[in-house]
Amino acid sequence: MSGVTEELIIEAGRAEKNYWRDIWRYRELFYILSWRDIKVRYKQTVIGAAWSVIRPLLTMLIFTFVFGQLGRLAQPGGAPYPIIVFAGLLPWQFFSTALSEASGSLVGNANLITKVYFPRLIIPASSIIVSFVDFAISFLLLVAVMLFYQYLPPLQVLLLPVFILIAFLISFGVGLYVTALNVKYRDFRYVIPFIVQLGIYITPVGYSSTEIVNRYSEQARFWYSLNPMVGVIDGFRWCITGEPMYWPGLLLSIVITFFFCLIGIRYFRKTEKSFADNI
Amino acid sequence: MSNPVIKAEHLSKKFILSHETQERYTSLRDVLSRKAKGLLGNGKKPAGSIEEFKALDDVSFEIYQGDRVGIIGRNGAGKSTLLKVLSRITEPSSGSITIRGRVASLLEVGTGFHPELSGRENIFLNGAILGMSRTEIRKKFDEIVAFAEVEKFLDTPVKRYSSGMYVRLAFAVAAHLEPEILIVDEVLAVGDAQFQKKCLGKMEDVSKNEGRTVLFVSHNMGVISQLCKKAILLSKGRLIQTGETRKVIDNYVLNTQANSNSYEVKPGIDKNQKRIYFSRVSTLNTDGVACEDFQFDQNIVLDIGLVITQYDHAAKISFTLQNNNGDYLSTFVEDLSRFYNGKEEASFKIKVPSHVIAPNTYAFRLAIFLPHGTTYDLVEMICPIRIHDSGTDMAMFEGANYGSFFLNYEVLS
Repeated sequence: MSGVTEELIIEAGRAEKNYWRDIWRYRELFYILSWRDIKVRYKQTVIGAAWSVIRPLLTMLIFTFVFGQLGRLAQPGGAPYPIIVFAGLLPWQFFSTALSEASGSLVGNANLITKVYFPRLIIPASSIIVSFVDFAISFLLLVAVMLFYQYLPPLQVLLLPVFILIAFLISFGVGLYVTALNVKYRDFRYVIPFIVQLGIYITPVGYSSTEIVNRYSEQARFWYSLNPMVGVIDGFRWCITGEPMYWPGLLLSIVITFFFCLIGIRYFRKTEKSFADNI
Repeated sequence: MSNPVIKAEHLSKKFILSHETQERYTSLRDVLSRKAKGLLGNGKKPAGSIEEFKALDDVSFEIYQGDRVGIIGRNGAGKSTLLKVLSRITEPSSGSITIRGRVASLLEVGTGFHPELSGRENIFLNGAILGMSRTEIRKKFDEIVAFAEVEKFLDTPVKRYSSGMYVRLAFAVAAHLEPEILIVDEVLAVGDAQFQKKCLGKMEDVSKNEGRTVLFVSHNMGVISQLCKKAILLSKGRLIQTGETRKVIDNYVLNTQANSNSYEVKPGIDKNQKRIYFSRVSTLNTDGVACEDFQFDQNIVLDIGLVITQYDHAAKISFTLQNNNGDYLSTFVEDLSRFYNGKEEASFKIKVPSHVIAPNTYAFRLAIFLPHGTTYDLVEMICPIRIHDSGTDMAMFEGANYGSFFLNYEVLS
């Protein structure tokens, strides 16, 4: 027998001392749940994984058409219009799928939650990974489009991972909060599609943030960045199309992101232990 | 003795039963409207009653390394809640548990199996869910597959598996867990008898040879007494008894059935016109307590009262064991003279051997008669009794009909 036996104390309301270490210990489960969701995603479909290419491609085509041709919201910069749209669409798609996947994840895995112990945080986290895979595929599509237009992004493209991380954190924070609420109040499964639908209009997906400055004022743009996805999309555009960056807005977005993350994690951990009773 | 591996102190788990809503989940609207009503109604109590339900009520016990402990109790006694609290799925409302060592709990066979994934993939998935690392699973992969007997179907999605194959695969993964403490809910209820036996053997092996601690919930007393040395009896969330399995099971069985099964002739019935008749018959255990539930290894004592208004020297008394259908299984005959002491009333006891009658329900047929002649009295299907399995070789097959008796069979080369 191994000499090292650790002692675990289970008590009402006891904050887990080793919570984060536990998550590290359960990382295998995290990999495998993500892998399961990816693997299962396109099972029993005829074209299978091709869906993950077709979906973003179609969305891009539609958006290019709607915003560029009909809406006339385009703000022509140095880059071809489809690339401008794509640079905004990419993080938005990631955010919206991650948020919808994460918010339904706990309820969707109720059978696990009521039967096995593991840090529950793993479930929403792994569901975001699945959306990340979709994001990666869409990203390759963007690269393809850039090649097609023979477009070379500016040097700051190297900073793109930072903005991906921020997008990740936003969906994680908000997703945690919503999925925990969803366990108790199933109302939220109706709220999320609405947020996602509405969000696309209050986020500079089909237009550029500079449009806000042109129509209203510089200050409006600052408050506009209260929507943390504004910072992310501006960042993406800055990296890919070289559109000038509005730094105060980005800062505000980052602060908001961390705020969401913090309350998301706190609320999640507070309610985590009663998931099995409520789900 | 060393420190306990599991130590539970004053453990309670409460649930709030709300009799207001019928819905499975609360919706935000309800909460908001209730709160609003509370505000408007000057703090009046909201409509609908709220009741507290204690699934576990001040439960304390200790379990030591290498123990195999059975948890028994009727439905709703709190067994599953206890396992869920122990395996950290749900939090206790008060009290504490100290656990030393890695816990794996098996509250359901095949938790997390995904129907679309193949058998091979599900082994890895299920293993990870139960807390095994990938290297661990890889190391045991062949063993698991062999145990489950699904070699040919490894790459078939499990949704195409027969239910038997599914269960075998699921249990095989769980059986190869190597935690220090294994918590098992009634998962053996599934699968065929042969496989069940294999699983039980595996669990026994794990505990005996590797010094692991096993906690096991079952309604099958035979399996419990075969597998577990100690038992915990729960009733309505409270801990009734802990101790040696045999004693706990006896207590459980006795407490669940308190009704009397005895036969008695009420005075004034036409029996009185008979020369010789049974006035009362009951079954006792060896301590002389009236009882209708017996363990396989317990003697059954028939307590019989006779009224002899007119003695007949040639009369005989027969005792026949009957099965549920009323078939005669075995008969014992004795001369009436043995019990006659010159008085009108006689009473005596008959001991039925233990270790012979297979677990099932039975009744008795008693007769007073002259060979090839008059029957003075005859009662049939009286004093129903139940024999419970207390660890026979056939415990695995409980529920199946394997006959009524255990005989000493021998294998000759």
